[in-house]
Amino acid sequence: MLLEFIINIAYLAGSLAFVWGLRLLSSPDTARKGNIVAGSGMVIAILAALFQPIEGASNNYLWIAGALAVGAAIGLVSAKKVQMTAMPQMVSIFNGLGGACAVVLAYAELFPFYEGSKPLDLAGLSIVLSALLIGGVSFTGSLLAYGKLQGLVNDSQVALPRHSAINLALLAVTLGLGIYLAAAGSSGSLALGSLFMALSLIYGFSFVAPIGGADMPVVISLLNSFTGLSAAVTGLIYGSQFMLVGGILVGASGTILTVLMCDAMNRSLLNVLIGGFGGGGSSSAAGQADGLVAKEVSLNDAAIQLFYASSAIIVPGYGLAVAQAQKVCKEVDELLEKNGVEVRYAIHPVAGRMPGHMNVLLAEADVPYPKLLDLEEANAALKDTDIVVIVGANDVVNPAADDDPGSPIYGMPVLKVWDAKNVIVLKRSMSPGYAGIQNPLFFHDKTRMLFGDAKDSLAKLAGEIKSL
Amino acid sequence: MESLITFFNEDSNLLLIYLLLFTIILGFEVISKVPTVLHTPLMSGANAISGVVIIGAIFLIRQSGPEDYLMLGLGFLGVVLGMVNVAGGFAVTDRMLEMFKKKKR
Repeated sequence: MLLEFIINIAYLAGSLAFVWGLRLLSSPDTARKGNIVAGSGMVIAILAALFQPIEGASNNYLWIAGALAVGAAIGLVSAKKVQMTAMPQMVSIFNGLGGACAVVLAYAELFPFYEGSKPLDLAGLSIVLSALLIGGVSFTGSLLAYGKLQGLVNDSQVALPRHSAINLALLAVTLGLGIYLAAAGSSGSLALGSLFMALSLIYGFSFVAPIGGADMPVVISLLNSFTGLSAAVTGLIYGSQFMLVGGILVGASGTILTVLMCDAMNRSLLNVLIGGFGGGGSSSAAGQADGLVAKEVSLNDAAIQLFYASSAIIVPGYGLAVAQAQKVCKEVDELLEKNGVEVRYAIHPVAGRMPGHMNVLLAEADVPYPKLLDLEEANAALKDTDIVVIVGANDVVNPAADDDPGSPIYGMPVLKVWDAKNVIVLKRSMSPGYAGIQNPLFFHDKTRMLFGDAKDSLAKLAGEIKSL
Repeated sequence: MESLITFFNEDSNLLLIYLLLFTIILGFEVISKVPTVLHTPLMSGANAISGVVIIGAIFLIRQSGPEDYLMLGLGFLGVVLGMVNVAGGFAVTDRMLEMFKKKKR
């Protein structure tokens, strides 16, 4: 009796800890505490799950202890080793594991059910099948997202022609089989159940396949919410309110981020999933490059321009992460600040490959967060800014989004860097960004290009500024 | 339809639906207050929370017979997957948030 009471209180406390922890995430000052609170909630709940009395259970504590140790070791070591620039990959793979766990649990329910040793009603069976589907999609989808972010998989290797039609057909078949299995009840078979799982896994892979590059933040957020949902549904299998609450909270977080990311690109979720970029629009945009020559700037000139400016704004993008240039960037920032230049950063919501990607990198480099401007603040500040330095950003500073109705990204809110007096673009080469959208900014009167690896260029720039 | 009515008329199911709806509302309320700066830690923290599936995996192992190696194996896999998600997720979020904190000065 008493034990049961303690266990129930423990789950309740765990759920409250999740909510309280997420609440503390609303400010950078309390965020770390929030994470610890949420983590403690998880520990309490795991302990409760270990000691909750289950009638006639053989417990098998040795198996659990072994699995906990293996999992904790893998998790902690990879969390410690991962580089901040690789955070999107890390989040993707962890996310996928949560989905995989839901798949394993749901699949384990099918064995006793089809053997006849554990009956399930329509609701119960539907729950199990939903967990298989959602968990499966989030698992393989996250795995492919990981592969893409890690550079193991190239977008063109996995995207088929007419991929959205294929996806639609695949989804229809998968859902059809799921509905059949739910309706068939115990007259279905384990083989068909396994086929359903396989189809869910294939669909997850296929669903992420055509989406890439700049759309990655949307996909990662969406997969995050799927994993949350799969956890919540799995909670229903085990009748655990705690799992339900945890899963729903994650689902809500993923959904909010997905909506924010879509808004930041002024595109609907459907448009992102079908892959609206590329195709027809890019040919007209590419034409603009004809006959135009981007003007280069020498390191020395760039350094002088920065040195004598009174205000500068740095626009980081995915290129900053790829080149791991965040610390050198901060070095340039410090040199300029020492000379009285006001340096700030303009962060576009979809810069990088996941929500908040740039913020984490700059935090790692010790850039104080009051120096970071969001889209609106930045666009207000850019008008009075002497010089803008663009480090590996492309689509988020594309003026075509503002003034070229023919461009595939027309209508996306962008950083209006051309409002500033001068723009220096740090870029590896003239190759266009994601999906081949040419950027007229590079040919703008105010723009000067500084070609080379971002980290290398920034380091040289720092050297030049020092010698002035 | 009839099964739906019986489902709703059962108190425990009704309570579950209440819980579901209020948690959704609470989740949206709390999470919409998280600033853009913290979106990556939010995501990885939420990710760690989605490791709650580990609770189910623990139940699966505990309820399996000591000789039922299929279920034990699936449960073991589930606990490992869940635990990587939980331990790794919270640890990596902590690492990130530590960087945000030391800039207070």
